[in-house]
Amino acid sequence: MLKDITIGQYFPGESVVHRMDSRIKIILTIAYIVMLFLSSNPAGLLVGLFFLWLSYGISHIPYKMILRSLRPVVPIILFTGVLNMFFMDGDPLWQLGFLKITREGVLMAVLMTVRIICLIAGTSLMTYTTSPIALTDAIERLLSPLGRFRLPVHELAMMMTIALRFIPTLIEETDKIMAAQKARGADLETGGIMQRAKALVPILIPLFVSAFRRADELALAMECRCYHGGEGRTRMKQLHLRYYDFVACAFVALCIVGVILINRFVPALL
Amino acid sequence: MENRFLRAEHLDFSYNTGEGETPTPVLQDLSVHIRRGEFTAVLGHNGSGKSTLAKHFNAILLPRGGTVYVDGMDTREEDNLLNIRQTVGMVFQNPDNQIVATIVEEDVAFALENMGIDPPEIRRRVDEALREVGMYEYRMHAPHQLSGGQKQRVAIAGIVAMRPKCIVLDEPTAMLDPRGRREVLRTIRKLNQEHGITVVLITHYMDEAARADRVVVMNDGKVLLDDTPRGVFSHVEVLESVGLDVPQATKLSHLLRQSGITLPDDILDDEEFAAAWQKLMEVHG
Amino acid sequence: MTAIKTEHLTYTYSPGTPFCKTAVDDVNLTIEEGAFVGVIGHTGSGKSTLIQHFNGLLRPTSGRIYIDGEDLWADKQKLRAFRFKVGLVFQYPEYQLFEDTVYKDIAFGPRNMGLSEEEIDRSVREAAAFVGFKEKNFNKSPFELSGGQKRRVAIAGVLAMNPKVLILDEPTAGLDPKGRDRILSQIRDYHAQVKNTVLLVSHSMEDVARYCSKVLVMNHSRLFMYGDTAEVFEHAEEIMQMGLAVPQLTMIFRRLHAAGYPVQQNIYTMEDARAELQKLYAGRKGGAAGC
Repeated sequence: MLKDITIGQYFPGESVVHRMDSRIKIILTIAYIVMLFLSSNPAGLLVGLFFLWLSYGISHIPYKMILRSLRPVVPIILFTGVLNMFFMDGDPLWQLGFLKITREGVLMAVLMTVRIICLIAGTSLMTYTTSPIALTDAIERLLSPLGRFRLPVHELAMMMTIALRFIPTLIEETDKIMAAQKARGADLETGGIMQRAKALVPILIPLFVSAFRRADELALAMECRCYHGGEGRTRMKQLHLRYYDFVACAFVALCIVGVILINRFVPALL
Repeated sequence: MENRFLRAEHLDFSYNTGEGETPTPVLQDLSVHIRRGEFTAVLGHNGSGKSTLAKHFNAILLPRGGTVYVDGMDTREEDNLLNIRQTVGMVFQNPDNQIVATIVEEDVAFALENMGIDPPEIRRRVDEALREVGMYEYRMHAPHQLSGGQKQRVAIAGIVAMRPKCIVLDEPTAMLDPRGRREVLRTIRKLNQEHGITVVLITHYMDEAARADRVVVMNDGKVLLDDTPRGVFSHVEVLESVGLDVPQATKLSHLLRQSGITLPDDILDDEEFAAAWQKLMEVHG
Repeated sequence: MTAIKTEHLTYTYSPGTPFCKTAVDDVNLTIEEGAFVGVIGHTGSGKSTLIQHFNGLLRPTSGRIYIDGEDLWADKQKLRAFRFKVGLVFQYPEYQLFEDTVYKDIAFGPRNMGLSEEEIDRSVREAAAFVGFKEKNFNKSPFELSGGQKRRVAIAGVLAMNPKVLILDEPTAGLDPKGRDRILSQIRDYHAQVKNTVLLVSHSMEDVARYCSKVLVMNHSRLFMYGDTAEVFEHAEEIMQMGLAVPQLTMIFRRLHAAGYPVQQNIYTMEDARAELQKLYAGRKGGAAGC
């Protein structure tokens, strides 16, 4: 069923990581990604793995959630892994015609795979511990300096909020329309690509019509509630930095320094 | 103090149509007054102009002819706009299409944030409004987890938080099941009785109108009847001629009266009917 | 002949997860051909889930469904044929309109059935006539119609498939009294003419009392009762306890009965009510004159 899909992957909880300022979480996530790409040394990636193990533990997000977040990217991981394994020059370990696997290739493949896994798991941790609305809010606040360059930051954030709000509604609606058209004998399951694409028309048109009608009504309701753009707007929820935000920042900074030191002083395997 | 809180004077309105077409008037020379603190129900079939009238009460639509005053403010004056929107809150039919935020309490805060109110004050008013409509326990829920009646109460809380003097509700129960309808009506009645908020309830459910202080019946862009519920529902034929219902108890007493049984003409529900019947039988018995 | 028969029909949403919920629980039901059945029950009672089983949109977790004596899930290849046999009109059906003309939209179902052009044409015209939609407007876009017209065109889209069982899920939701009466009396006329089986899901006891010969009551995922309208409204007490209303007329007669008047308690139509009270009045008056 379509409505079983969860949008946003928020995993409600009360941990320190959940309570952290969402702006800080975004910044730290970016810092973490930078760190992963800085570490050209496998030992550096161990720091990345350690960081993951620790932060998932602190936030009480089950480790199996990592596997769940990896599932959609398995093809990408396999693809980069295989690509690196076969197309790196170096000492051949195994050869068959033009195909060869080199020691460097295997190392690189492992490195890249671990890096991607860390990357996905790290960003997922942010979405697991931060509600979509808090994320939107944080993005709006982080980008607000760009408002000076006439970037419509508030409008973009508003659009994201509304999109998040209406995704479940529209999914439910899609379910209903599909059932209704199936009841009229629409065949959605068989036929070639062209036929299937054509079979979507009776679902997409009503869906668009409904989305536009909803947009109209929502705009009216927003106007009735004194909406007039971002100017002079206040927010109910103020974001405050707490001590643990600073602790987290310090810890990430430490990790980055560690990675740089490892790069410098630990002999590379390649 | 001016007692007529909303005043529509000789109101004319028609929607824009394509080139060459003559616009069909939706409202014609309509005058109606809504008194402060009153619970008024507006009845009329679809296309009678009742929703159009409602949208004039908070300056979503501006009159083509005539004037609308909200608490003494002319709706055509641009400077009054935000003030009018804060004075008269509006609740619409589809609860899904008026909730903006992904969390209940964020949505209730929406209007207050737009008004630029201080964060601590917003928090206070949001909690208060949520308690008022009985949705405080659901403040952290996502709207799509709620029932229709609950969503509609959240929408009402979003309006109540603005502390308006008047709430106009445009068929707020049309899409709800009986339980949702009861929840929403109880909430509206409470706001009217306990906080003196002026209520204009647009509906085509007769039982909802029967409990109002006053009923305005609209037809073809004009006011057809304007009286107490008893006064209005005694015109059974007039109401039926414009495609409206009357409560079954009213209809039955009307039919019996036609066959010479002298029941009163202002019966609104089963309880009143049974009482009237007993009285009648005592007199004749 | 029985139109619909269920045996121990049970349906569980998301089984094996924390969200698991039994929406239909062990329902045994036999609906005879030609009945006009009102389906009542408050939101969440399982009535919507139940009716979606009747044309195979949902597959029972356990139990069986027979349509016209045939097991619906016996052969998956035949499933589509059952969809045509049991027409289902969803809530707010106007939201499923999508073609650029009314004619094409009504023809969507018949076309999916693989009928010939002449048969399609005849079905469309018949269906439009049932809902009072004029042929001269066939080429209009469904999106430029009024709300009530859209609703009727959408219903025609299902009638055009000429189903043996027609199920309507709250077909009058959101309409004004005039629009409501119009649709319900059209459905009644259609039923009288075609003599098929009709199931009408409704929140309005007044409407169910007025139009339906049978009533099916769902409560807490179970079938509470299925029987003649009069018989079901005799259980007014229990129905009210479920949070459902009974028609105001029924309430009047219950009150009069409680006050000691010799009236029947299962009255639920205006005509019967009027006759019963006239009789009562005449009786009392006659008695009084005799003194």
